[in-house]
Amino acid sequence: MTFAAKGKPAMIEPSKSERRPYEQSFYPPVPTPFTKRMRTNLLWQFFRFVVLNIKMLRMVRKH
Amino acid sequence: MARLLILGGGIAGQTAALHAKKRLGGSHEVAVVTPNSLWNWIPSNIWVGVGLMKPEQVTFPLAPVYRKTGILHYQAKAISIHPEGSAGQPKPFVTIEHTAPEKKGRQEIVTYDYLINSTGPKLNFDATPGLGPLHHSQSVCTYDHAAHAATALDEAVARMQRGEKQTLVIGTGHGTCTCQGAAFEYLFNVEFELRRRKVRDQANLIWISNEQELGDFGIGGMHIKRGGYITHSRVFTESLYTERGVKWITRAHVKEVGKDTILYETLDGEEKTVSFDFAMLLPPFAGVGLKAFDRQGADITGSIFAKNGFMLVDGNYEPKPYDQWLPADWPSTYQNPKYKNIFAVGIAFAPPHAISKPMTSPNGTPIFPAPPRTGMPSGVMARQAAFNITDMMEGRSEVPTRQASLAKMGAACIASAGSSFLKGTAVAMTMYPIVPDFQTYPETGRMLRYTTGEIGLAGHWIKHLLHFGFIYKAKANPFWRLVPE
Repeated sequence: MTFAAKGKPAMIEPSKSERRPYEQSFYPPVPTPFTKRMRTNLLWQFFRFVVLNIKMLRMVRKH
Repeated sequence: MARLLILGGGIAGQTAALHAKKRLGGSHEVAVVTPNSLWNWIPSNIWVGVGLMKPEQVTFPLAPVYRKTGILHYQAKAISIHPEGSAGQPKPFVTIEHTAPEKKGRQEIVTYDYLINSTGPKLNFDATPGLGPLHHSQSVCTYDHAAHAATALDEAVARMQRGEKQTLVIGTGHGTCTCQGAAFEYLFNVEFELRRRKVRDQANLIWISNEQELGDFGIGGMHIKRGGYITHSRVFTESLYTERGVKWITRAHVKEVGKDTILYETLDGEEKTVSFDFAMLLPPFAGVGLKAFDRQGADITGSIFAKNGFMLVDGNYEPKPYDQWLPADWPSTYQNPKYKNIFAVGIAFAPPHAISKPMTSPNGTPIFPAPPRTGMPSGVMARQAAFNITDMMEGRSEVPTRQASLAKMGAACIASAGSSFLKGTAVAMTMYPIVPDFQTYPETGRMLRYTTGEIGLAGHWIKHLLHFGFIYKAKANPFWRLVPE
């Protein structure tokens, strides 16, 4: 098959118009506004920074 | 005085060279053959690819580092390995071809007592017609590819600012690609940049990859504990794509990249197309094409290298079905079984098989990720190989004693999802082991205590720290050994 035989397909429309039942984006869990806020909350993320570094160092020490 | 020769000066080669020289001091020689004059911290190329960094920020000249550390440096590419020497040269040697402007094209031989092959991959753009910066798609595999991608992205953004809708397709450019993680990072950095430049509503972002499901990443995905459930990475990855408004096409082998259309085959055997205005598609990897010859000059490439060009080491290469794969199949010392003074680390060693389950379309097209072996695992196996070789060179051991099997090694991985000191995010993952061990961990293949994942600003801070930390280490600055692999 060649591109010429297929023809140029229709452009897929931006995602918001597709967020409807039975589309792929309908099923996954999506974060709540609180969860999204916590991802950039400085106090919480500083705590996570310390925790993540400990986790990674623990992984490094396993070698 | 014996000589350790290292082919390649990337993450694995540089790690091996620095550790070996530190241990050997002036008692033995360490030499590096690398075609590039610059060292590149490849994980930060994604930031070059969106215009947030310049190539100078992810590279530095290698020659001053080698002068400072006393490592011999050949700016050249390796052409062939002669592990038995030749009629006129009793020692094993490698034929190299210089790439520095003043000696360009000149060939010479470099003898060795021990050899580490850490050449990295050949970026096999030729595997897919139309793929790559010389044709119709972008790449972030090298810093100059990434800079080229940033220019193309700027042009797409300019069109969006003029009110034109643009489709951006990012992912893998062949059914056997690896490094989905790098494409994932680029996708979400582009998405973040489009929001920052206030043109996100003009962009249709599409992910295309050879993974069976999102979140596979060439490691068969991973399970983590979250919210009272043990959940597969597919769920979290689909969640992120949905949240950021990215459509996805999985189980896809890109067959051809046209000027504005990608032709791909699905695992169902169907042929489909997707149009694009900007595409960044990673190429599949192959070995760099090194040849090998015995003392008589006969070609023995097939006894040292696998068909894909990667070097055979101490893995179990017996072909067998997925349900018979074992952790013990994976190499642990990276020593060539035929020539015990040759080792291969990083991408250069031949994996015994994939990690993700092999899948083939009804047309016989393989569509599944090759196993990733970059970053942290690459550095760890390089360090262990350097330690084993230096032990053998200094008579402390006759055989390699340190091991670094991917089936017994954990990894920490940070995947950037947007770069900003206060608003950026990155996915921080740890896993143990890298290759799932369903004998020891029957439910998920991995130890849940050490297999974790989360997204947030903290991950971005760590990614930034790693950028500076690893460049500092690769420059062999004071206390470089305190920076772990």
